[in-house]
Amino acid sequence: MELLRRAWTIVWKDLLIEARTKQAFNAMVFFAALVLFIFSFALGPDTELLQQVSGGLLWVGIAFTGILSLNRTYQSEETSGGIEGLRVYPGDPRAIFLGKLFGNIIILLAVEMVLFPAAAVLFQIQLLPHALELAGVAILGTIGFSIVGTFYAALTVNLRAREVMLPLLLFPALIPMLLGAVNATTLIVVGDPMLDSGIWIRLLVTFDVIFFVISLWIFPIALEE
Amino acid sequence: MTSKSGLANVIGIAALALFLVGSFVGLFVVPADGMQGDIQRLMYVHVPAAWLAFMSFFVVFLMSVLYLIQRDLRWDRVAQSSAEIGVVFTVLTLALGSMWGKPTWGVWWTWDPRLTTTAIMLAIYVGYLAIRSFADDPDKRARWAAIVGIIGFANVPIVYLSVIWWRTLHQPPSSPRSVSPEILWTLMFNLAAFTVIYVYLMMRRIRLAKLEGELEQRMAYHG
Repeated sequence: MELLRRAWTIVWKDLLIEARTKQAFNAMVFFAALVLFIFSFALGPDTELLQQVSGGLLWVGIAFTGILSLNRTYQSEETSGGIEGLRVYPGDPRAIFLGKLFGNIIILLAVEMVLFPAAAVLFQIQLLPHALELAGVAILGTIGFSIVGTFYAALTVNLRAREVMLPLLLFPALIPMLLGAVNATTLIVVGDPMLDSGIWIRLLVTFDVIFFVISLWIFPIALEE
Repeated sequence: MTSKSGLANVIGIAALALFLVGSFVGLFVVPADGMQGDIQRLMYVHVPAAWLAFMSFFVVFLMSVLYLIQRDLRWDRVAQSSAEIGVVFTVLTLALGSMWGKPTWGVWWTWDPRLTTTAIMLAIYVGYLAIRSFADDPDKRARWAAIVGIIGFANVPIVYLSVIWWRTLHQPPSSPRSVSPEILWTLMFNLAAFTVIYVYLMMRRIRLAKLEGELEQRMAYHG
């Protein structure tokens, strides 16, 4: 409980900064929409084709946008040496990980709330009949992305060339999560008569649980000075 | 040091001899596969290279865990050496697999689960080597690399499983029962030969890593 309270304090602080500056959110939404837009140009105006690959386009957009957000994860602490401050606070350092993780999940989900309707308009997808299933897949995928992302962002924050290193480490690790999210999303959008999406949702849940346990376990080592 | 270096030389010569014998047997003595013909002989280098790559990364994983427990840079040097050798043999595995795939499957590349997983594994360990090159402090470098080494290795079976679900049309790997005993024995011999090559390369690379570490320390000390 104490751990969650500490984590929430960090979430609150970061969201408050974000709410007052709106630095990341606006840029992220715009960037994500642009990614979808560029894909639509690259693949041509064939609506049926765009629907077939809509899951892939959406998740590539989310992954690229998420990288922007992850690179900023520890930025507010970094500029004034605040990470040292967080580190010397008594108590479990895992609260920092949980706090940053929740913050990333919340911001990315907020972006997706704009991105999914935008995709529905661009690719002529019926969102409302599948809203619950799509929301479930989006949440599971975003949690998985944010777990591995928040962890690797902590690892690369002090690194030279971290803008290159984060995606280099993150994307190969994310492949099971991307496969699960892309296939589940596409199946839900184009119709899933054989209920094949179940296996992908199970993959997402498994991925989230495994990496949550590993990240939480190793995070204190990653944060050491 | 000289006795250790001497031992490495002996192992190196043994590795070369075993490799030459294994290649000779694989190329000229064992009959070719009835279906695929001579191209199947690639198996005698392709499978051992793949085996060596996986073994190298398993060693990286073990040494990473050991480093995080004991914080002894010795384990980090072993992990680094093994990762480099693993990356080289992963590239070799993919290249040989591609050469085998072109005449038998008709394509250089296919999204087969094992092939795809091997390519992703390569990306994971290139990341492992990259993060090493961006860190200046030896202890931090070792700690960060160890974390990547552990997570990367834990990820390989998940990647494999997910790619199998993605490409359900994979063919099952040949089991020892479905191949003739001569082929199996030659393959086993080559596996042993490649393992000795690994031991030799590791001895040389660990020694080099140790010297590099000492040099780095002296440079830091003298500014």
